[in-house]
Amino acid sequence: MFRYLFKRLLGMIPLIIGITIISFSVIHMTPGDPTQLLTSMNPNASPDAAQKLVKMYHLDEPIHVQYWLWLKKVSVLDFGQSFALDGMSVTEKIVNRLPYTIYLNIMSISLIFIIALPLGILNAYYKDTLFDKISTVMVFIGFAVPTFWLALLCMYFFGIQLGWLPISGLVSYNFSELSLWAKFVDLAKHSILPVGISVFGSLAGLSRYARNSMLDVLNNDYVTAARARGLSEHRVLFRHALKNALLPIITIIGLSIPGLIGGSVIFESIFSIPGMGQLFYQSVMMRDYPVVMGILVIGAFLTLAGNLIADILYAAVDPRIRYDKK
Amino acid sequence: MIKNKIFSGMNKYLLFYTGLVIVLFFIIVAVLAPYISPYDPTAIDLNNVLAPPSTQHFFGTDELGRDVFSRVVYGSRISIFVGFVAVGISIIIGLFFGLISGYFGGFTDTLIMRFVDIMLCFPAFFLILAVITFLEPSVINVMAVIGLTSWMGVTRLVRAETLSIKTRDFVTAAKLQNISNIKILAKHILPNVVTPVFVAATLGIAGAILTESALSFLGLGVQPPTPSWGNILTSGKDNIAFAWWLSVFPGLAIFITVLGYNLLGEGLRDILDPKLSKK
Repeated sequence: MFRYLFKRLLGMIPLIIGITIISFSVIHMTPGDPTQLLTSMNPNASPDAAQKLVKMYHLDEPIHVQYWLWLKKVSVLDFGQSFALDGMSVTEKIVNRLPYTIYLNIMSISLIFIIALPLGILNAYYKDTLFDKISTVMVFIGFAVPTFWLALLCMYFFGIQLGWLPISGLVSYNFSELSLWAKFVDLAKHSILPVGISVFGSLAGLSRYARNSMLDVLNNDYVTAARARGLSEHRVLFRHALKNALLPIITIIGLSIPGLIGGSVIFESIFSIPGMGQLFYQSVMMRDYPVVMGILVIGAFLTLAGNLIADILYAAVDPRIRYDKK
Repeated sequence: MIKNKIFSGMNKYLLFYTGLVIVLFFIIVAVLAPYISPYDPTAIDLNNVLAPPSTQHFFGTDELGRDVFSRVVYGSRISIFVGFVAVGISIIIGLFFGLISGYFGGFTDTLIMRFVDIMLCFPAFFLILAVITFLEPSVINVMAVIGLTSWMGVTRLVRAETLSIKTRDFVTAAKLQNISNIKILAKHILPNVVTPVFVAATLGIAGAILTESALSFLGLGVQPPTPSWGNILTSGKDNIAFAWWLSVFPGLAIFITVLGYNLLGEGLRDILDPKLSKK
């Protein structure tokens, strides 16, 4: 296991270097001199910002020196100061916002897992029945619905028409005065719409994946063998088949992490949740370049961390991975 | 068994034709937009602000009194244009990298595949937004950025196909005849990867339309007054308490269009390559 982990970690180094190179090159995406275009084309960027930008990214140095100086700072997670009036350090800003985003994403991923898995298994088990066909139709709908539109409709229906659910923020204004139980209820009520819609967006793909993966497994000889031994269907499904069907699903969840993190921009700005996605959106609108760069790098690192966790889970479920000498 | 096969056989044509009808419908709407829309999509009428749907304004009017039906009709132009061009860009990059990577192998292959891994680490939406911050939001930039951040899947697909095709006898025969690598790639390998790429492109258009509408919705894509489904939804959000029609109709248009491309893509996959669709 340790060997495996060590190899994984080692394999991440080139990825981390690559992430920093691509992030860095984003600054230079603008044709010509970045500072000139920034000030002439963007009314939001002042000449002052251009000077700050030159200083911050050492744009007057040769490009490899620029990258090296920037990399040295990034390696200690120093992304400089925000251009916003508060002038806070970018890292501090992100750290303040990160818990909300991580909370929402962990809730979403857990729920996706809890719902998609049984759904996929049932679909595989009841293949080609009416239930499976209805699910297929739902999957096509789920794939095509723009999540931000669904969010708007749910806001209108549940929030404004019915008045059941709050439509902005993650907690009420009087949150700190509430009792522990009331706090929990308040948080849960605020979470239903953003988490629910984010889950719906990913559910279609994942339940389909779980279904196909389960179908593959159910065709295996050891499943037939288990049935031949007279084991109950329940035991065959959950003891013998499930564990093997889990493997590809873990990979897919790992792969869907960047999508979820990216989606937080939309959810957090629609539902006014003060997380990293909202900060990113605000910073893009205000051309707060240091914050944009910081979140870009952090977002990629979070994805990498998510993939590492998926790899570890994978190894925990499948002994073959752990002992693979390759 | 046989009955089941026939049923799924009908099913795939049903998918394909439903998708095709939807896709063609919106293409016709886009082409004939000036003849279909009863009003100028940018004509402001301050006497008729936020009017609900009626026989005069099928989809109501927005906060500046513009006819939402005409705006949705014209919005189809932007969506289809962005979808096709963005996917075109990603297919060209994906084909180029995928063919080279799969055919030559070795260090080139490792390098390209690492590049793909690295690009996949970025939450795509973050990368798109970050680049847009440094450029300016416009239709051209949105298309370019979506294309430049969505070629990785195509690259992997083309590489995998190329790897299997290059071991086939007709490629070996071509090599023995001293035909140049470029000619082999263009004449023998490319035609054989076209089918899966075509399917990926159809599904990719659906994704690009969704991304464009999300960007425009956030105010970072197509800029008003040019109508796009995403930026109509922005005013839908601002007026959500009093004008449901501003949110419902453009969203439905996105939903049905994306559904159409998805159905067409899935149907095409099933029809063109039965091996892929055994599930």
